[in-house]
Amino acid sequence: MSLEHELANTAPERIEANQVSKSFTTERGRVLALDNVSIKVAEGEFLCLVGPSGCGKSTLLNLIAGLDQPDQGHILANGQNITGPGRDRMVMFQEHALFPWLDVMGNVLFGLRLKPGLNSKERHEVAKYYLHLVGLENSEHANIHELSGGMKQRVALARALAPNPRVLLMDEPFAALDALTREHLYGDMQRIWEARRKTIIFVTHNVREAACLGDRVLLFSPNPGRIRAEFRIELARPRDINSVELARYSMEITTALKGFTSTQGKEASE
Amino acid sequence: MIRTISSLAFFLILLASWEAASRSGLWSPVLLPSPLNVLEYMRQATLDGTLWTATLVTMKRLLMGYGIGLLVGVPLGLLTARFRVLQDTLGLLALGIQTLPSVCWVPLALLWFGQTEAAMLFVVVMGTLWSVLIATSDGVRSMPPIYLRAARTMGSKGLHTWFNVILPASLPFLIGGMKQGWAFAWRSLMAAEIFVTILSGFGLGQLLQYGRELLAMDQVVAVMVIIVVIGLLADRILFSPWERFFHKRWGTGAMN
Repeated sequence: MSLEHELANTAPERIEANQVSKSFTTERGRVLALDNVSIKVAEGEFLCLVGPSGCGKSTLLNLIAGLDQPDQGHILANGQNITGPGRDRMVMFQEHALFPWLDVMGNVLFGLRLKPGLNSKERHEVAKYYLHLVGLENSEHANIHELSGGMKQRVALARALAPNPRVLLMDEPFAALDALTREHLYGDMQRIWEARRKTIIFVTHNVREAACLGDRVLLFSPNPGRIRAEFRIELARPRDINSVELARYSMEITTALKGFTSTQGKEASE
Repeated sequence: MIRTISSLAFFLILLASWEAASRSGLWSPVLLPSPLNVLEYMRQATLDGTLWTATLVTMKRLLMGYGIGLLVGVPLGLLTARFRVLQDTLGLLALGIQTLPSVCWVPLALLWFGQTEAAMLFVVVMGTLWSVLIATSDGVRSMPPIYLRAARTMGSKGLHTWFNVILPASLPFLIGGMKQGWAFAWRSLMAAEIFVTILSGFGLGQLLQYGRELLAMDQVVAVMVIIVVIGLLADRILFSPWERFFHKRWGTGAMN
């Protein structure tokens, strides 16, 4: 496999969840994290899942990642049943989940080393390309603990992009960052999505973030986890998180969110 | 630089006080030889080969036993962490045995193996094995589960996960266990060598014991000094590089 071929965009994948249910046993008894949830995500779509904690949005992401199996229903990637993790679907976690025993380069190479068809030199070239894409070309040999929170998430993004997946699953990746760093990353995220054209499923409890990034926003409610509303964000990109049009969308979504969370006494999303 | 000077100054003062104490005549030179006597013994024993042979015999026993302890202890520790049934059985046994000072294995080893190299080896292995097993198991079990999830999404599984995720993630614990295992093995070997004479080789412990029997205090002290030096060297060669590596990578060890 040549380097150009490796760096070429792969066709994004279509993701479907059909009537998926999943429950967990906790200390307080059985929790129905997902109750008969169905979604369709088109090829190359940027979908945001929003809802208060415990609404099952992360559960759904884990099911699509193949890290968990649904109790009922099916999850399909391009029509194929998902039975486990796959290189076509990479995940970015809220806690960066970078490996502290490897440097930045080593972390990005981790997934590449598991991908057949590349020699060592090509793997390094690919890793460098993605580190450059996320703006960390000068931190190749930095240790993870030396990086700021935002830089760590950039490395995590490069690591997830490096095996050239068709789907990127992001689980509240920016939740632990300060506002300024986040705004920076919104811009970068949009630029990278334009460049790499992936299907992205992005979980967040931040409504503004969802409106800024997503083509579509799905609203979840907890106990049991269900989809309550859907919003299509018809704004041109790149979007500015502080723009008035965006504020209008986030107001609309927040109102809807409050509508069904207040009745359940749950804290509203920010 | 200042640290080197202060270290040097400290040890020079220590030696000088020792020399002064032995010259004061307050104690019999049989009980308190001067540092120069000790040095003289070291010179002679090095020249006639006694010291070298003893050191080699001891190091061979130690390194072989330690190696076996690691080769058995690390995989068993990994398995113990992985399978609950092993954790409730072998893990518990290890925890119990580890509280036993490893010197206590000497009588048993002598009864089982007689006055042979095997007895020495057995004592060293017992000193190493359980600490390493427990440390490995603890290291694996205290690893954040998110590492495993992340590794799985990137296509890591089976042996790849063990070697590229679980083992390196447990490294800080593992080094701690290896150091402890080394310390236990070293102490128990010395005790065993002092207790028993084994005709197939005279180790440092035996040399120490003969020093006592011959009332040769210079020999006793010289061998003690050598034992200390070996301990220091082992720490510098075997463990320090690893510790430096993970302090640098993990960003721990602020006081170093």
